[in-house]
Amino acid sequence: MADTQAPTITSANPAANRRGPVTGTAAAKKRKKFFLLDLYGTAVGKKYVMALTGIAMMGFVLAHMIGNLKMYLGEEDINHYAEFLTRLAYPLAPENVVLWIMRAGLLGALLLHLHAAYSLTVMNRQARAVKYQSARDYQIANFASRTMRLTGITVLLFIVWHLLDFTFGVTNTLGDGDFDKHQVYDNIVRSFERVPVSVFYILANLALGVHLYHGAWSIFQSLGWNSPRFNQWRRMFATAFAAIVVVGNVSFPVAVLAGIVG
Amino acid sequence: MSTTTIAGLPGSEKLQSKAPNVAVPEMWETFKSDMKLVNPNNKRKFKIIVVGTGLAGASAAATLAELGYQVDAFTFHDSPRRAHSIAAQGGINAAKNYKGDGDSIHRLFYDTIKGGDFRARESNVHRLAEVSVDIIDQMVAQGVPFAREYGGLLDNRSFGGAQVSRTFYARGQTGQQLLIGAYQQMARQIGLGNVRLWNRTELVDTVTVDGRCAGIVTRDLMTGDIVSHAAHAVVLCTGGYGNVFFLSTNAMACNVTAAWRAHRRGAYFANPCYTQIHPTCIPQADDTQSKLTLMSESLRNDGRVWVPKAVGDERAPADIPEDERDYYLERLYPSFGNLAPRDISSRAAKRAVDSGRGVGPLKNGVYLDFSAAIGRLGKDVVEERYGNLFEMYERIAGEDPYSTPMRIYPASHYTMGGLWVDYELMTSIPGLYAAGEANFSDHGANRLGASALMQGLSDGYFVLPYTIGNYLAPLLNKPVPGVDHPEFKAAEAAARQRYQGYLDVKGTRSPDFFHRELGKIIWDYCGMERTEQGLEKALSELPALYEEFQKDLRVTGDGASTNQTLEKAGRVDDFFQLGMLMCRDALERKESCGGHFRAEYQDDEGEAKRDDENFAHVAAWEWTGDPMQSIRNVEPLDFTTVHLATRSYK
Amino acid sequence: MSHLSDIKLKIWRQAGPDQGGRFESYLIPSISDEASFLEMLDVLNEQLINEGREAVVFDHDCREGICGTCSLMIDGQAHGPQRGTATCQLHMRKFQSGAEIVIEPWRASAFPIIKDLMVDRAAFDRIVESGGFITAETGGAPDANLIPIPKPVADASMDAAACIGCGACVAACPNGAANLFTAAKVAHLSLLPQGQPERYKRVEAMVETMDEYFGSCTNHGECEAACPKEISIDVIALMHQDYRKAKFANRKTLSRS
Repeated sequence: MADTQAPTITSANPAANRRGPVTGTAAAKKRKKFFLLDLYGTAVGKKYVMALTGIAMMGFVLAHMIGNLKMYLGEEDINHYAEFLTRLAYPLAPENVVLWIMRAGLLGALLLHLHAAYSLTVMNRQARAVKYQSARDYQIANFASRTMRLTGITVLLFIVWHLLDFTFGVTNTLGDGDFDKHQVYDNIVRSFERVPVSVFYILANLALGVHLYHGAWSIFQSLGWNSPRFNQWRRMFATAFAAIVVVGNVSFPVAVLAGIVG
Repeated sequence: MSTTTIAGLPGSEKLQSKAPNVAVPEMWETFKSDMKLVNPNNKRKFKIIVVGTGLAGASAAATLAELGYQVDAFTFHDSPRRAHSIAAQGGINAAKNYKGDGDSIHRLFYDTIKGGDFRARESNVHRLAEVSVDIIDQMVAQGVPFAREYGGLLDNRSFGGAQVSRTFYARGQTGQQLLIGAYQQMARQIGLGNVRLWNRTELVDTVTVDGRCAGIVTRDLMTGDIVSHAAHAVVLCTGGYGNVFFLSTNAMACNVTAAWRAHRRGAYFANPCYTQIHPTCIPQADDTQSKLTLMSESLRNDGRVWVPKAVGDERAPADIPEDERDYYLERLYPSFGNLAPRDISSRAAKRAVDSGRGVGPLKNGVYLDFSAAIGRLGKDVVEERYGNLFEMYERIAGEDPYSTPMRIYPASHYTMGGLWVDYELMTSIPGLYAAGEANFSDHGANRLGASALMQGLSDGYFVLPYTIGNYLAPLLNKPVPGVDHPEFKAAEAAARQRYQGYLDVKGTRSPDFFHRELGKIIWDYCGMERTEQGLEKALSELPALYEEFQKDLRVTGDGASTNQTLEKAGRVDDFFQLGMLMCRDALERKESCGGHFRAEYQDDEGEAKRDDENFAHVAAWEWTGDPMQSIRNVEPLDFTTVHLATRSYK
Repeated sequence: MSHLSDIKLKIWRQAGPDQGGRFESYLIPSISDEASFLEMLDVLNEQLINEGREAVVFDHDCREGICGTCSLMIDGQAHGPQRGTATCQLHMRKFQSGAEIVIEPWRASAFPIIKDLMVDRAAFDRIVESGGFITAETGGAPDANLIPIPKPVADASMDAAACIGCGACVAACPNGAANLFTAAKVAHLSLLPQGQPERYKRVEAMVETMDEYFGSCTNHGECEAACPKEISIDVIALMHQDYRKAKFANRKTLSRS
């Protein structure tokens, strides 16, 4: 044959490389990491963390609500219950130890939940850097699913305030230093007698309910718990769970304001 | 006009099929035993260009890459998965005989030859039937979710033109599933770095140096860049030219450009007049219609075709009593009934409509009625079998086929003609191959249902990877022309000039306008029924319209970014030239066979009358610079294994 | 057949990937209600060319709802208002005379706009290239009936395999996530016996490639509603499950290395 140049992978024609071909896309080897970090490195892994920490906090929220129902049994019962919490597994474990372990666990869950939520939010913002310029018409996405960040932040702020109110007593003192966290019943009544506090408490719990309504359902999807046997119950579970927690929690300020407790 | 009929003369020297000189059933084994091989370590020294990523292209690219060749694959789509193979609905044939109903390789071979009205090459068709069984194995291994019976074994359905159940299917989306299977294999090779994929890149020319195909010239549809690509061999898997009719069941982008550009560079174009009209499409609804939608032929398994007996019967279908309906397919072809082959069913529908008994608002359809099947099998079974097709029909036609019969009418669907290839699928340009619908080889004058997928995959997976080595082996370590060769430079310059030319006409009509006008002429005179007079008329109108196209075209926008109007202009240009050749081929073939029905050549009952004495050959056209002056060469067809018989489905 | 009149269109026009875009208004004086949505755009383009203006660029091909080339955000919904329907199968009979229809390209960072309404969905191909296949090189396959596959399994696989790769799931997702696309591919292959040897390797590779381009799933369910093939988000749960199993799986006994 007349000509001599053999075809090469990179074309001699510069234009050919302007928008080159695609090849070897699966060839890149990624660095091996500790498998939990590796798992957490992906969005799917972060969603597992969201779900698992969510489950932990759901357990707490439910137990917390049930425990507080003791206030309907009277001052002694709830104060005794508070006392009991400090002596969990006592005398095997010294006083307060189990409680602090649980608190640390909860705090850890919360921080992980927040970190995962934050990084997923950043990722999702980047995934649609330019927003739709016309109005969206959502079909399935509901108020709860679309406001997870908002309800989540609301609940977070509420938690901070709630701790200041009932644990540290910063916002729950009548004068200088007379807050006694062991006097749970009095603290509750004193706090909820302030109408704005009760309103905030109720709104925050509604936000929590909305958060749970989507979150408790979402857990099943995120963890891949899916079976035709129970799929139809997932929505019902989430609704019932959110409703029970909200009704229980909201009843406390209502009861105080209505004079049933106090 | 000039006609150079050399029908009946010995075949042209160039048109040697090169099939081994043994009995037909032994040919493929003999070829495989005798062919030259390329050592596995040497395969990487060869570069092969595969144009098109449908079933044939994706399977060829994947297999060639697995073997070790350097492969460059080109698609004008955004992704290889979009190729029009995806739209095939009904199924894929294979002589597995899983049903034990008497199927065999010979029977599939015979059915295909007979279905093609004895106008296909025995050697190629027998090979197709042989490898059909391997295709099913291969696709199942790749994870194609074919329909299964409750026992877990593969299910089959029957299809037009066959008396056995040999069609494998995946709901009404068989083409999609097979294409995704082949695409995934190719994707794997892209991922591994063995295939380089050029997407949104269209072939605009092929380049021949010293009588061998040296590569191609492409146009980047995003940037307008004209780029040369050199290779040891080029495979065109670029589909058929059914869109020459404007309204067809083909996807909007399907075009003849790649095959046509190769033809203009010396590849013979065979049997362009063999076009298939599919009997079950949704009739045209209005003037804005851009394409026709096919309803799978498998519907004819359970649907009954009828029209009112009386002309001008305006009653709703449900109000027409049984004895006032004409189930014309069952009446005319009792043994095949509603499953009569495509060409026969199509013409019967045309006659029914032409006789004034058409149904629907425009009186341009016939009924395909499922009420008997729903009564016999229940709605659930019918839904299981055809649910997605029924939904599709309802979306398009706005009527519910469970309660009112579908309206159907034939539409252009597939083209049996294409680039002439030999037994090795090589065109008349050494080193340039054509596979799948782009070649002419396996279906004769009419293709049976569920055979297109079979052919595409057969060519790509099991034929080309063998035959291409036979060509490449002697080229080992020999230099081939690079993209700096003057032939490449000349082709690039011509392509640039061509596309700039469309922009520079600055006339008044869009490419679509001309395409629609072209389609009307081709459909009216070179469609389901052709006459000498009509074809002469078309051949006088087409050059005039083409001239108008060249003078009055308007392409807005520019050539340096995505411009679909410009892309369309190039494709319509090539369709014009092909259309002329189609009409000439139809005019020269003075017989009726398969999809080519000449009204002059029919028997007393209106059935096609073949002329085996004068036309048992392939007509392969040679480019001379003007489609009206192309030279007709012939390759005689020898039938040693089957006997030429009148094709009867009565 | 009747006609709709005075259809007002607001269409996103953008000259190229890096250029700014804006909505432009057009009027279709009259259109048959039998016309498909894309045929209505054909009519518009014919009108524009006649006026000497550049036609609107939009992706489309088979126009029978199977190739997945067409896209378009129509009145805030991916593929428009009809459920389980790709844009090409949407017909004008779904609209009223005088309607204003807003058409925007799909927006996701992984789907950059090429021009006007056309976007580049190559990221989907990258996901498939990373693992969306069963390694079965040509020639070595055993007989197709060697492994019986229960019909419900084949059907479930087919439900997922019906995905046309159009990208509506990403377009509709408030987070621009591609979990439905990826999960459909994973489910198609991982439900089948043939897909088992590479099951965990596949899901790991595909999920991690998906992560490079797309957002994360927060279980809104918008993807399922937009999917022209109505693929269920159950496949997403399946993928999440398989990904977890892949990470915890015994690497030596499973396909992962």
